[in-house]
Amino acid sequence: MDTTVGNPILNIAIFGGFVLVTLIIVFRASRNNKTAADYYAAGRSFSGPQNGTAIAGDYLSAASFLGICGAIALNGYDGFLYSIGFLVAWLVALLLVAELLRNTGRFTMADVLSFRLKQRPVRIAAATTTLVVCFFYLLAQMSGAGGLVSLLLGIPDKLGQGIVIAVVGALMIIYVLVGGMKGTTWVQIVKAFLLIVGAGVMTIWVLALNGFNLSTLLEHAVQTAGTADILAPGKKYGVSDVTRLDFLSLGLALVLGTAALPHVLMRFYTVPTAKEARRSVVWAIWLIGIFYLFTLVLGYGAAALIGPEAIAAAPGGANSAAPLLAFALGGPVLLGLISAIAFATILAVVAGLTIAAAASFAHDIYASVWKKGKAEPGSEVKVARRTVVVIGLVAIAGGILANGQNVAFLVALAFAVAAAANLPTIVYSLFWKRFNTRGALWSMYTGLVSSILLIVFSPVVSGGPTAMIPVADFDVFPLSNPGIISIPLAFLVGWIATLTQRTPEDPAKQSEMEVRSLTGIGAEGATQH
Amino acid sequence: MGDEAPTSIAEPEVDFVGIQHSERFQNLKKRHRSFVFPVLTLALLWYFAYVLLAGYAPDFMATPVFGAVNVGLLIGLGQVATTFIVTMVYVWYANKKLDPIAEEIRDDATKGEVR
Repeated sequence: MDTTVGNPILNIAIFGGFVLVTLIIVFRASRNNKTAADYYAAGRSFSGPQNGTAIAGDYLSAASFLGICGAIALNGYDGFLYSIGFLVAWLVALLLVAELLRNTGRFTMADVLSFRLKQRPVRIAAATTTLVVCFFYLLAQMSGAGGLVSLLLGIPDKLGQGIVIAVVGALMIIYVLVGGMKGTTWVQIVKAFLLIVGAGVMTIWVLALNGFNLSTLLEHAVQTAGTADILAPGKKYGVSDVTRLDFLSLGLALVLGTAALPHVLMRFYTVPTAKEARRSVVWAIWLIGIFYLFTLVLGYGAAALIGPEAIAAAPGGANSAAPLLAFALGGPVLLGLISAIAFATILAVVAGLTIAAAASFAHDIYASVWKKGKAEPGSEVKVARRTVVVIGLVAIAGGILANGQNVAFLVALAFAVAAAANLPTIVYSLFWKRFNTRGALWSMYTGLVSSILLIVFSPVVSGGPTAMIPVADFDVFPLSNPGIISIPLAFLVGWIATLTQRTPEDPAKQSEMEVRSLTGIGAEGATQH
Repeated sequence: MGDEAPTSIAEPEVDFVGIQHSERFQNLKKRHRSFVFPVLTLALLWYFAYVLLAGYAPDFMATPVFGAVNVGLLIGLGQVATTFIVTMVYVWYANKKLDPIAEEIRDDATKGEVR
């Protein structure tokens, strides 16, 4: 097989078209970016369905689309298992977090966590975990871009891939700098629409080839793959007791991490009311759920039409399943479209992460901690914009350095850190009256540090041919995902630390937070322009 | 912009302590928690049962039901279905049982303000 399929020029042209259209949208959306509420929260002017589509756009990253299609094509059922965790996780966001968070906060996760606790230390802790989660997620997306390039644009050398990563990063900086949250949200909406429609068309195409019969499709996949193993769980995670436990750990991190991802949480502030926040999540759940059903068909479709061995041998490996399927179905044009959508996905997700990280730095660290809430009007947004540039440059450098690394673990790590460092404090501060500053700090730092330490001493960093540092050997922790240890530990430590603090927190603040979270009294509405 | 805490909008006219102790608010809180806690617990138990079955009972999951469709695939699709169902039931519950009380409390609390 060639190093590339389809026509790279066509791929670049279609992608260029997407960039042009979204840039126009971003410039149009930027006209009203005056205040912090405009820049971080799009003036709280999006409707539930719009925001829900943007959430789906944020969530259906290239890792979801290419990764899950590829995982199903290669490992069959175990890939499907993965997508279920990503979907069920939204129930935590819907039932526990979305509306209450919208009612109590303004711009960032730290707004809610520090509401009734000591402002400075809690904000610093929450901003730290936000930046760490965003950084790992960013790194995964950026380095994933490098791998995609080799397949889709026919750029095999590292220098050329590095240039493409830099171009992706520079475009993202422009989007976020100019468009703020409003521009970023529109890019997400456009991209989510294209992604879901594109996947939907391919799904119907694959089903049509199999007489609209799922069973026939599965039989074809088994025929091409030469084994019925792909229909049942166990191909990837059922190898040994350690891999089974590892999957349980991953499942825990996925299901509890989603509702604590800072860039997802921040999206709940772009709507005017808690009710719209609820509608956002409902739309997101439908879109994400339907999309994962598509990936089930596409993954088995790729296994049936191309075969797991051919996919694994293609440049880009598992990630190439969806593009190869597009080529097999619709030739170079469909491949070009799907490739452009995959690129757009990376671009949009990176933009969403960057604005979340920049908002957290400017709002929590600069304005609230450093300037003690007395920042000059407008200076906070200025700082946020500068932070965007810095984060963009860091992401480009990190993406080039991490190019070719094992990226799946970076995403899993981002989820595990979010679940361990953020979720216990979010849940405790919303639902546990006695919760206090010491509990929050101990829980957040325990979750953060334990997750990272366990990853450092896991097999993904050292001790094997696929590890980050294959020559070293310090993999004392057997699991590649830390969730099963770090998440319960952070809950436990938060609970114990809370009980050991003698001085209670301000009870009036607790009353205010509880009343506001459930009723929406005093919640900031849409800004008028 | 950039106030230290996001609290300066509704204060100080609103008597949060009073509202918190009112019967109406306690009722809202009870209704909210008596729905979200048990429902979420059940959903997560159902999900982890699925993960454990996939990990430790692959033969059961591979049992054919019709054609090439097996138990595992049906349970997996069942997870998607239950997620959709829980979502719809919660929306119905929140619209019917939570929003009206929350709105009443909010309207009464902000009556003093010109709006």
